[in-house]
Amino acid sequence: MPDKIFVTGLGIISGIGNNLAENLDSLLQSKSGIGNLFYLDSPWHNQILVSEVKSTTKELIHRAGIHFQEGYSRNSLLGIIASAEAFNHARLKEFGGLRTGLISGTTVGGMDECEKHYQDFLTNDSANIYIDTYDCADSTEKIADCLHISDYITTISTACSSAANAIMLGARMIRNGKLDRVVAGGTESLTKFHLNGFNTLKILDNEPCKPFDENRKGINLGEGAAYIVIESEKAVKASGKKVFAELVGWGNSCEAFHQTASSPDGIGAFLAMKKALEMSGLTVDEIDYINAHGTGTDNNDISEGRAIERLFGEHLPKISSTKPFTGHTTSAAGSTEAILSILCIQHQLIWPNLNFSEKMHDLNFIPVTHLIKDVLVNAVMTNSFGFGGNNTSLIFKKYD
Amino acid sequence: MISYINGIGIISPQKTAETTDFLSEAVEYYADFLGCVDPNFRTYIDPIASRRMSRLIKMGVASAKMCLADGGCNMPDGIITGTGLGSVEDTEKILGNIGEGSQLTNPTPFIQSTYNTISSQIAIMLKCNNYNSTYVHRIFSFESGLQDAMMHISENHENNILVGGIDEMTQNHLSIIRRLGHWKMGPANNLKLLDYSTPGAIAGQGSAYFLLSGQKTETTYCKLMDVRTFYKPESIETIESGISKFLADSDLALEDIDLVITGINGDFKNDEQYYHLNRTFFNNLPLSYYKHLCGEYLTSSGFALWLAANILKRQVVPPVILLNEKSPKRLKNILIYNHFRQINHSVMVVSA
Repeated sequence: MPDKIFVTGLGIISGIGNNLAENLDSLLQSKSGIGNLFYLDSPWHNQILVSEVKSTTKELIHRAGIHFQEGYSRNSLLGIIASAEAFNHARLKEFGGLRTGLISGTTVGGMDECEKHYQDFLTNDSANIYIDTYDCADSTEKIADCLHISDYITTISTACSSAANAIMLGARMIRNGKLDRVVAGGTESLTKFHLNGFNTLKILDNEPCKPFDENRKGINLGEGAAYIVIESEKAVKASGKKVFAELVGWGNSCEAFHQTASSPDGIGAFLAMKKALEMSGLTVDEIDYINAHGTGTDNNDISEGRAIERLFGEHLPKISSTKPFTGHTTSAAGSTEAILSILCIQHQLIWPNLNFSEKMHDLNFIPVTHLIKDVLVNAVMTNSFGFGGNNTSLIFKKYD
Repeated sequence: MISYINGIGIISPQKTAETTDFLSEAVEYYADFLGCVDPNFRTYIDPIASRRMSRLIKMGVASAKMCLADGGCNMPDGIITGTGLGSVEDTEKILGNIGEGSQLTNPTPFIQSTYNTISSQIAIMLKCNNYNSTYVHRIFSFESGLQDAMMHISENHENNILVGGIDEMTQNHLSIIRRLGHWKMGPANNLKLLDYSTPGAIAGQGSAYFLLSGQKTETTYCKLMDVRTFYKPESIETIESGISKFLADSDLALEDIDLVITGINGDFKNDEQYYHLNRTFFNNLPLSYYKHLCGEYLTSSGFALWLAANILKRQVVPPVILLNEKSPKRLKNILIYNHFRQINHSVMVVSA
């Protein structure tokens, strides 16, 4: 039997809350984080719907406990806040002598500061402190320094599946005996850079997004960070700490179809889910809920929906996308939704797919429309699909 | 798990692509940064697809294809790319636009600026639905990819994994990093790298893909024994004990190492650490360097691995890389040691 991988800590900051408790509270109240763009200084002020973390960058510096105020991008600060919550939740500091890693997913990196200072970078020395935030590693190293993690650190960027791949890599490193425990997840702040980019692709919805709805128009972008702590069975047994879920399956597959579009039959999605399911040893009727990637774009929801129908056949689990709550937090989506899925297992409930009204002609199912309480949730699949066809599925299971 | 390097494709500032020559005549530059000796991209990429691709993506796709041909593999079981900066050229286009306050209309720079585009384009070209990932952590980028690939081979010995390191340099990026003092302030001669007493390295670029496998084949170059990264080691002693432990985990000791390839880059401040280790820890070993050939960039260890793999396969050391009077007596085990600003350190060991 391969080593079990246990989830022992959760940390999250998103448009619906600054920590795990606030996120749970908003979810229970069906309260969405989506609203007019306010905090990011840009030409779209009050003109585009996004799910922002409801704090200025200055407030985040304070909350992250940073004393040197310069050189920290919003991306790093979100990452520090969420990872510290997960780290403390798992009481990692109390148990020494174990090999600890940090694996973080991000794509825009510190672009929020770079795009502000780029002209200075080119012409003068006034913003040199932000030059190193240009790349993706900067936020990971700032997080590692705050958590004092140095045994292993790396950064993954597979667009919107980055954080899911970070969790997958963490699990594989534990199973391969390279590490005992890993803080894994992702962070992404809103930037003009990717708002601009998504805008050119014409896939942003100017109304609250409605995944799996016949009249869906696209994405509402979001920002946030989420990290989980995963540990080897041995590390957990030695500490006797609480286990929130077991990570039992993971699958990574590439669509190899188009740089930004999914194939009509969702071959990449199908293969990622199938690999994860096979690894988990579970049958299709043992998955109680799928937290879908469900971005609300025309293309994703058909392709993902068809892949789900193909894999699950007559045994479709409950399905919803939680992006109408958090927005699409891109590189942080995989870990954000992993945490939302684990909360379903922990509290035995299923989150609704907000804003849904009309069934898609192309699919046979409708998503969950209202919060379901007191339901048996033993195993949850969560999907994260990225540009470039980088698709990853994870399966979490209740641990008794 | 030991992996075999069964194929290599490399585009670099040296004549490394489409040749059987092994650095018999090093390419000399007097420049702000080293360019690449490009292959004929049309051999590898359909001209219509090629027109839309930025330079970095062309380099990645072409070197990946060379690598697969070299290793005799049509469909890898995984595609992994390490890139410190991704497509700098595309990112700069978007940043320039934002700076002018104008909105982008063409989505191509945004799509290509996404770091995973290279791995993804390789997958699209091969129609490869298998594992696909991209690492973006400064000089850990390529090493993280290698570690991932080696885990895949340990999980399934039959696996063939394509893994590469790729980065590009632009004039704008060069001038930005110059502000931090990491590059020489003007043009320099790469082959006289160690004659300068000025701070800063000479910047470079390149793309190197490797086919890693659990099985030895007739195209095998050498064994990749292990790869490890160290983040912010406390002291020079921590690095020394880290390297000793790293070697011991592969049942090797420093005495077994026939040649050390160091990441000396001509920046005096940066190189102090190598010189210190050379005097003490590596004292009796033949030493070499490579960044005068490819320049400094975040995935330059790909060039170093290509160098080591060829030294072991051909059983010859190009004199241009030797750093001291000692030349190796035999060529069985090579240690590669590189660091970035003394923060990120990486080691690899390869064996014949």
